[in-house]
Amino acid sequence: MSLTLLNVIIAVVCAIGFAAINAAYLVWAERRGAGRIQRRPGPNVNGPLGLLQPPADGLKLMTKQLIIPGGADKALFMVAPVLAMVPAIMSFVTIPFSPLIVANSMNIGVLMIFAFASLGGMSILLAGWGSRNKYGVMASVRAVSQAISYEVPMLITVITIVMMTGTMDLKEIVNAQAGGIWNWNLFPVHLKDDFVLQPLMPISFLIFFICSLAETNRAPFDLGEAESELVAGFHTEYGSMGFGLFFMGEYANIVIGASLTVILFLGGWHCPLGLLPGNVGFFLIKVYMLIFTFIWIRWTFPRTTIYGLLNLSWKILIPISLFNLLLQAGLLKVF
Amino acid sequence: MGAYFSDIFHGLWSLLVGMSITFKEFFKPVVTVPYPYKTITMSDRYRGHIELIENEDGTPKCVACGMCQRGCPSGCISIATKTVEVEVEVKGEMKTKKKKVLTGYDLNFTTCSLCGQCVESCNFDAIEFSREYNLASTRKEDFHFDLLNRLKERNS
Amino acid sequence: MSGPIHIQPGETFTLNVGPQHPATHGVLRVKMEMDGEYIVKAETVLGYIHRMHELMGENRTYPQVLPNLSRLDYLGAMGYTHGHVLAVERAAGIEVPERAEYVRAIMVELNRVASHLFWFGAFVMDLGGFTPLMYAIEDREYILDMLEAVTGSRLTYCYFRFGGLYNDVDDDFVNAARAFIPRMRKSLKKYDALVTGNVILQQRLRDIGPISANMCRRYGATGPVARGSGIDFDVRKNEPYSVYPEFDFDVPVYHECDSLARYKVRMDEMEQSLRIIEQGLDKLPEGPIMPKKKPKIIKPPAGDYYQAVETARGSFGIRIVSDGGKNAYRFKLRSPTYSNMHLFDEACEGMMIMDALALMGSLDLVIPEIDR
Repeated sequence: MSLTLLNVIIAVVCAIGFAAINAAYLVWAERRGAGRIQRRPGPNVNGPLGLLQPPADGLKLMTKQLIIPGGADKALFMVAPVLAMVPAIMSFVTIPFSPLIVANSMNIGVLMIFAFASLGGMSILLAGWGSRNKYGVMASVRAVSQAISYEVPMLITVITIVMMTGTMDLKEIVNAQAGGIWNWNLFPVHLKDDFVLQPLMPISFLIFFICSLAETNRAPFDLGEAESELVAGFHTEYGSMGFGLFFMGEYANIVIGASLTVILFLGGWHCPLGLLPGNVGFFLIKVYMLIFTFIWIRWTFPRTTIYGLLNLSWKILIPISLFNLLLQAGLLKVF
Repeated sequence: MGAYFSDIFHGLWSLLVGMSITFKEFFKPVVTVPYPYKTITMSDRYRGHIELIENEDGTPKCVACGMCQRGCPSGCISIATKTVEVEVEVKGEMKTKKKKVLTGYDLNFTTCSLCGQCVESCNFDAIEFSREYNLASTRKEDFHFDLLNRLKERNS
Repeated sequence: MSGPIHIQPGETFTLNVGPQHPATHGVLRVKMEMDGEYIVKAETVLGYIHRMHELMGENRTYPQVLPNLSRLDYLGAMGYTHGHVLAVERAAGIEVPERAEYVRAIMVELNRVASHLFWFGAFVMDLGGFTPLMYAIEDREYILDMLEAVTGSRLTYCYFRFGGLYNDVDDDFVNAARAFIPRMRKSLKKYDALVTGNVILQQRLRDIGPISANMCRRYGATGPVARGSGIDFDVRKNEPYSVYPEFDFDVPVYHECDSLARYKVRMDEMEQSLRIIEQGLDKLPEGPIMPKKKPKIIKPPAGDYYQAVETARGSFGIRIVSDGGKNAYRFKLRSPTYSNMHLFDEACEGMMIMDALALMGSLDLVIPEIDR
């Protein structure tokens, strides 16, 4: 009894700690990466290589005054940042970092993560509406329509994988990709156990990747916080720690999106060539390489329009993912 | 149907080309000069605020004719003169002549637009542009330069 | 501050894209009536940076007005000073030596490239891509360093004088300019691959903000805005001045009338400016830079004189009415962006706010030039 309670407490504390450290130092990595892409250094004043910049920023945000605009709905205004951060931290509970390090590998792990992701969409709506600011309302309307449209192809792709693997448990999905790089769900042919043909899997990977970019409000899909048009979008009225929580929530969501992509398509914690036993190091390397790609994409492309974004989802991503689902179902039945 | 797929393919290809360009730029050296630790030397013709030029014996070349004061569009220059009597030799005799001597040359840099009318209208080559760019202060009085004093401090 | 405002469907609300906004590039206020995300009516309000340059032209002598012209459009200052200097020379009858004319043309074209580079960076930043701004500013630094080594200033050059130039260019400048041209051509190819060919940017700009040729004529729009709508008018070719008839260059004209056409016109203009600079450096004659007989005090005979030049934003005109005195009697500046900007009021009806801001960026507004 007490052992499982202790386990739960340690798991939650570790999840919070991992999320917080990632949120803080991913900001540093993004600023340095953006700087190098733009031929400038990035933060390099506070501490060696600017590594003390995140604690300095955190201290600044905590000591600022929290201003609530007059006439704003106080309850919604205060709840929205918390609602942005908490589901991201809770999702860390189900992610398997290695065969041993997993807080609670439930057998509906995939469903849990997506349930929490939908809560994150609610926080944008509450933030924009509760701040009683025209820019905020416009931005949150755009962001909510974006969140809903991009959940659909994401879920269809996940259904395809779950259908092929047979379970929703994240640990089992990773175990089904054991062996070498040719067993990963990314590639068109799956050689483990039986010769399973999955011709459109790379396209599924691409669709899932684009959807995670859109779900986390990253450029080129960052209409919710379009800086040059709408001042700051749905978090215009937030200062101090409200803004800090939104910021950290966004980066925690990025880590979750990248981890999910790695688990579903890139083999989780397994070594690429099957030589060494899988451990958490490979998982983290893959996750951080994907996050570097997120950063790389953000600083290269301009922003899409709202109708371009919705067109992309409803006219391109959803038909292709539905076609893939039907094709996989057919191939599984036949072979 | 074919146009649908070729659009998607060409779109994706243009995105990948863009990404490859920024990836190459990632590895090029940084352009920024870390300012307080390293400074850039200004070119010879850089326009800072004006300074007086002196003769070999340390006195300013300026004869207080006032052409710079009249030529300035913003009225930044104020010249103070006094008339003294000097002995000059004219055709073998000593005569006393009245001559204007410069006693004060004030520049109000807060209204100067660095146009160069003063330097250009001076017939005696008495003023030139300096190369000062590092001027920052919290008081307006720091930008009221007393150029005659600055000349004396430079020479002493 | 009572409860929240209830907006009935069908009612519009007023959004103030105020004087302080990241997208308007200066102090411009646009009062937009919006219906959700669509603009029903827009009205631009000017005057936040009116500094009375025309009145200062009446109260100062002709040489004393020279610094004012650079402060009008600080990004392309050489072109404006060129117009002023040509107008006064035409009024007072001053001859300009040939070397000075060629150096002036080279400087104006270099400044045009710098102005277009800055427009390019700021425009793509408005659309959401922050990186091309940094690359464009790095290229612009080379031009500004070259110009600083010759004139002494980086942005508000007070370099042209009535009759010629303030100081001469030396071999360092010629070598640096020759080395700059191939580097800029390589950069233009890079921008083509990174930005122009990008599918997201093309989707943002194609068919956005259609401005027909008729609309341009009604508002008197000139420059790249008119050339993107099919009007083939460039002051350098149609009403030649200075030494431009000696150069061989094309005037890019596109007929699609949308934002992408205006974007492509400016990118092609950069290439044509590089051609002019090359030819100018090859043909640069030796000689003096100021005429021998130059009047000490400039007093043009009484009359009405007008000179138009092609700047980066359009046709800049300056009209000097002289009564024979040391100051001008009337000093009128015809600002190209003033005419271009009012196209925005008419063209943005029914657009979404994202597209309206893309349209505003493609018009290349510099507000201090509108308000003078």
